[in-house]
Amino acid sequence: MSADDPAARVDRRAFVARLLAACPDALLVTGLGSPSYDAFAAGDRDRTFYLWGAMGGAVPLALGLALARPDDAVIALTGDGEALMGLGALATVAVHRPVNLTVVVLDNAHYGETGMQPSHTGLGTRLAEVARACGIADATEVRTLDAADAIARRVAARAGPAFAQVHVRSDALPRALPPRDGAFLKNRFRAALGIAPL
Amino acid sequence: MSVADPAPWQERIFELLEAADVRQVAYVPDAGHAHVIRRVQAAPRMRGVVLTTEEEGVALATGAWLGGQRAVLLMQSSGVGNCVNMFSLLASADVPFVALVTMRGEHAEFNPWQVPMGRAAADALSAMGLAVHRVDRPEDVGETVGAALDAAFRGGQRVAVLLSQRLIGRKEWVTG
Repeated sequence: MSADDPAARVDRRAFVARLLAACPDALLVTGLGSPSYDAFAAGDRDRTFYLWGAMGGAVPLALGLALARPDDAVIALTGDGEALMGLGALATVAVHRPVNLTVVVLDNAHYGETGMQPSHTGLGTRLAEVARACGIADATEVRTLDAADAIARRVAARAGPAFAQVHVRSDALPRALPPRDGAFLKNRFRAALGIAPL
Repeated sequence: MSVADPAPWQERIFELLEAADVRQVAYVPDAGHAHVIRRVQAAPRMRGVVLTTEEEGVALATGAWLGGQRAVLLMQSSGVGNCVNMFSLLASADVPFVALVTMRGEHAEFNPWQVPMGRAAADALSAMGLAVHRVDRPEDVGETVGAALDAAFRGGQRVAVLLSQRLIGRKEWVTG
């Protein structure tokens, strides 16, 4: 796969596994559907909050977390459909400039959970350009596994906000289902940060 | 009511947010919230977070809570409708939450387009599992907002306070 081949797409599971292995301490918020499965398949972690709904909420949720935890790196890992539902959140991120937030969109150009209908990113919308136009200057498109290392360095640098559109293949992968109990996930996440229960 | 001369209840809301250690104040602007927004912008320990749509504030408050901070959402009644599906996040993850909602579509409303969502706001909030408290008199604002902050951040509840249009006063659309 050539880095400059516009048709190139990377395996999403391999990409996410490599990214998360390089960011073991980052706080991770995953958008519903495949990004949650990808993150879980890479290894469950206390510092991951998986969404199973609230479509469009991954980026603003990660923003609230990033503002609350300025000394931690935060990753919002989501898909093109979820990101499209909350495009305005990219403008909100740009306005508030959280240096510790990296938004990673796994873009397969389809709604994978509902029967692989084409999404807007396959029909002309350029997500990284949207992010840049919103004011996130560090917005890139990547197509290779090696790019996971570069994104991990941006996460660690906390010089964001940063946005990465990762062109992934639309293969049908086995589902890897993380816990669905939101209260459990919330309590586990807060406990990992040393936050006392209510 | 002018920029230079806010109503005492508006200053009281700011004081309560500050005293409750609310650190993130998300908002889509409304004239009724303008004083609090200005005060938050000038407060060193608080961050005003302007949103493109109110539902971002529901997710933002959840993220803040995950990270150990308290957040509230300021919006107009029209914004309640924008939040409906995102409210499921609060129930699913059992997250404390406070929304302060300035009402439109009721007392002396000039704009008929504000009426449908104004009428539906309380029911929509209730349907999504939030406790709804309405304030009609200036002298009740402090007690009601203070109780909402306690119910959320001490009691773990999800609460909306509706600030009636009569509190805010008539909007001057035309002169003469």
